[in-house]
Order: sequence, then C-alpha cells, then structure tokens
Amino acid sequence: MRNLLTLETMTQQTQRMTAGAARGISNWGAVVIDGLITLGDIALFAYTMLRWLFTASPKRGTILPVFYQVGVLSLPVVALTGTFIGMVLAIQSYAQFHTIGLENKLGAVINMSLVRELGPVLAATMLAGRVGSAMAAVIGTMRVTEQIDALLAMGADPVHYLVVPRFLACIFLIPALTIMADFMGIVGGYFYSVIILNIDHAQYLRNSRDYVGGFDFFSGIFKSVFFGAIIAVVSCYRGFHCQAGAEGVGKAATAAFVLSFVLILGIDVILNILLEAVYMMLWPRGAVLF
Amino acid sequence: MVSIPNSTLHDSSRPYDRTLIETQQLNLIYGSQQILRDINLVIPRGQTLAIIGESGCGKTMLLKSIVNLIKPTSGKVLYDGRDIHALNNVEMTKLRRKFGFVFQNAALFDSMTIGENVAFPLVQQGLDLTRNTEKMVIERLNEVGLPESVIPKRPSQLSGGMRKRVGLARALILEPELVLYDEPTTGLDPIMSDVINELILRTRQKYPVTSIVVTHDMRTAKKVADRIIMLYPFPRLEPNESQIIYDGPPSGLEYIEDKRVRQFVEGEAGERLMELRRWSDADLTPSQFPQDSLRQF
Repeated sequence: MRNLLTLETMTQQTQRMTAGAARGISNWGAVVIDGLITLGDIALFAYTMLRWLFTASPKRGTILPVFYQVGVLSLPVVALTGTFIGMVLAIQSYAQFHTIGLENKLGAVINMSLVRELGPVLAATMLAGRVGSAMAAVIGTMRVTEQIDALLAMGADPVHYLVVPRFLACIFLIPALTIMADFMGIVGGYFYSVIILNIDHAQYLRNSRDYVGGFDFFSGIFKSVFFGAIIAVVSCYRGFHCQAGAEGVGKAATAAFVLSFVLILGIDVILNILLEAVYMMLWPRGAVLF
Repeated sequence: MVSIPNSTLHDSSRPYDRTLIETQQLNLIYGSQQILRDINLVIPRGQTLAIIGESGCGKTMLLKSIVNLIKPTSGKVLYDGRDIHALNNVEMTKLRRKFGFVFQNAALFDSMTIGENVAFPLVQQGLDLTRNTEKMVIERLNEVGLPESVIPKRPSQLSGGMRKRVGLARALILEPELVLYDEPTTGLDPIMSDVINELILRTRQKYPVTSIVVTHDMRTAKKVADRIIMLYPFPRLEPNESQIIYDGPPSGLEYIEDKRVRQFVEGEAGERLMELRRWSDADLTPSQFPQDSLRQF
C-alpha cells in the first residue's frame, strides 16, 4: 500500500515537472519566435528604406537639420567621453603593466585598444544613447499624434522623409565621431601616461607608432559604419512601431537603445572575426607586441 | 438599416451627377478585433457626408481606409472608379494631391513653423514657387480667420482652435476635391466649434469639394452635412445586421424610430445605464480590481 502511494506521489511529481518543463520550453519558444519576427520586421523596414535611398534622394532642407543634430551636437559628448576612456585605460593598464616592467609599452596597448575597439564602440554607444533614443522618441511621438499619417495624407512617404535622412546622417557622421573619440582618447591616454605617470614620452610615442597601423585605424572606422546603420534602422523602426501614449513613446526610446546596443556588440564580434581573418591573410606574420 | 430614398437625399440645387467614392464590402480587423463589417457606401461628387456614431465604432478607421491610410482586411474602395488599394506608391502619391485631411488634433509638424506646415503640401508636390507659396499660405490662413502674424510661430504656441484652423488651411492649400475631417470640433469650446462648422460650410461654398466629416457632435453633423450615416459598434451588432444603422438626410433623424439612433442623437445613455448598474450591483471583491492600479493609491 505504501509502495503504491509512493508511486502515485512520484507520478504526480513527474507530471508536475514535465508540465513545468513544457511551459518553460513553450515560453522560450514564444520569446525566440517574437525575436525572429522582430528581426524579420527590421530587415523588411531596412529594405524599404534602402529602396527609397536609391530611388529618390531626400531634400537638402530635411537632411541638414538631421546632420546637425547627429553630428555637431554629438561632438562634445563623444570628445569628452573619449578623453575619459583614454585616461581610464592608462590607469588600468599601468597598474598591470608596471608589475611586469612593461609600462613603456603602454602607448601601444592604449592606442591599439582605442582605435580598434573602444573608439568605435564608444562613439556608437553615445550615438545610440543620445541620437538613437531621440529618433525613436520623435518618430514615436509623430506616430502617436498622427503626424506620420499626416505625412502620408500629403503624399510624403514617412520612410523616405524621416528615415532616409537619419540613416545617411548616422552612416556618414559616425566615422567622424569615431575619429574624434579615437583622437581624444589618444590625447587623454597620453596625458595621463606621460604627464601624470611619468612614462617616457619618446618610448610612448615610438611604441604607439610601431604597433598601431593603418589597418587598425581602418578596421575601427569600417566597423563604425555598420554601427551607425544599426542605430538608425533600429531606432527609426522602434519609433514607427511605437505603442500609444506617453508610456509607449518611453518604451520605444528605451527599446531603441537596448536593441541597438545589443546588435552593435553582436555585429562587433562578427566583424572582428572577419577583420582578423582579413588581417592574417594580408599580413600573415602580423605585428608582435612582446 | 434605415435608408432614405436617394430623391430625398439630394438637394435640387446641388446635383450629384457622378459617384466619387464607393466602398464595396469593406471589412477591417485590427489586431484580433473586427472593427468594420461589410461597409457598402456610395458618395456622390459634391456631397457633404457626416459619419456619426459612438466612440470606438470605427468612424475614423473607415475615414482612413477611404484614403488608404489604413489597408482594409478585405473589400474595395473605388475613387472615381479606381481601386485605391491596388495603386502603387507613385500613383497613390499623385492621387493624394486631390485629398485634404483635417486630423483630430490637427497633426501639425512640431519641428516646423505654421507657415512651413501650411506650405508643406506645396513643397511636397514640387510646387514650391517661393513668392507665390507665401502668398498662397497667407491667403489660406486668412480664409480660416488667422492673421499673417502666426506664420513664424510654432504649433505649440497656438491654441487648440487655432491649430485646427491651421490644419484646415493646410488641407485646403492644394484645392483638393475631397476634404476629410476627423472630429473637427472635438475638444473645442461651443463658439470655436461653430467657427469650425462655418469654415466647413464656407469651404464647400467656395470650392467644389466633396466632404466627409467624422463627428459625434450632432450640432456639427446637422449643420454641415447633407447626408448622415450612423455606424454602430461591431460587437453590439446582430449577426446579419448592417453596421450602418442610419443613412439619410439630417432632417430624417427627427422621424427615426430606431432606438439606438434616437438615443445617440438625443444624447441619452439608455440601456448603457443598465450596464453601469450591473457593474455597481455586482459583488466586486478587491481581487477583481487590478492590483497594480490599487497599489498606486
């Protein structure tokens, strides 16, 4: 009798566990399906935008204010954060390199990290936060207040009128912002290493020159173009699919930043693998730091 | 559906010679909810049609389907005999030049001045004629009773009534043959509402336009329309009943026997009060309230 009861309890437990596992799998399945649908929607949205980009150029009057917003107004914040990141790199790297007596190589490490990775990712992060969220909020508000319907009603395609100028601004200006982040990071790193930490000025510069090459600089700029495209497409997409009300606009702005940032880092991994392969193909021996 | 014979609809001084818009079996499902079912409507050229009905019955959706701002789930909208949902982008853009849409909250572009807003359709259609544009903008603003001094202002600097008038000026700048008004008097005081009604009437007198006015303001419907249709919310319809429960002239509303139409026209809650009583009489325990909303207080 006791055995029967134990068996029944075990069966019930197994059923509960199976039901729980099935629910979990189903929930994960729903999340994956939603994610794939969103990615598909974004791809279709990007296709519509590219079709407009190659069929009708936007008017000067619609492009210039967007270029000003994206480029000129982002410069100070990108320059400032670039300087800080260069200094932080110097502080962190010095502590590690000093213990093994390689602090003279600091210039190569800081500048390589900046031009290859931190400059472009930092510029993209600032752009996603400052410009991407604003794009989603502006377009979202236009959706909620029927301004997008008004554009359509007056014969203006909203994708052509709103998205194409923002896309052009992001892909053309993010390389410039990346160069600014790189430059200010280099200045910040140099200032902290040479002036504060008293690393030899000549060695710092020589190491930087010997190890940081044109390809490193190019790879950072090349990646930034993709980051700019992601920010523009994702942010505008989120704005276009904004839910009603102030909460909807807020969610669109937040989602634009989060999704842009995740995609930027994901694409960064893929581009790094590809660029590394290209680098090894062009310079099989590579540059040796130590 | 109560239908008044066509002969009584038409004022002899305004002959409706040709159909401008025709909807055929128009169905619209939004999300998982059916909004419109089998809407068949013929709107002759020159007519001013008011679409009335309670909030959420699908009036605005019908209006937006007519000008292809929303794609219906099934059915056709014929504009001058052409199925507008079958047109490509270029054809639709050309056709939209013939439409003027006055949005519920004006939908003026925040990033532009009033002058740029009113001139936008001209610029968009490649008709930016600099001096001529400015003259046309001033003319249209004057027509809706606004002074030239509003041109450099931003939409946020104007009152609701002024914004609606700017919206009307923008809709009329290309001298459209079809003007669509979405709740033109909602949110305005009675005097400003009457100003807007007068503007709708004057527009019709000055230009040979066909107008569709979506409203739940009976004063507006009776004053501006020469034909009224009433839509009833789909979830409350009987299975095979038409969603248009009244179609006739404004004067016909006085003799209508359909209780639903009478209640709407006279602004009576009727059996909706019973719904309220059902709610208040029901034994609502705290668990039946949304907990999140209770926590906020």
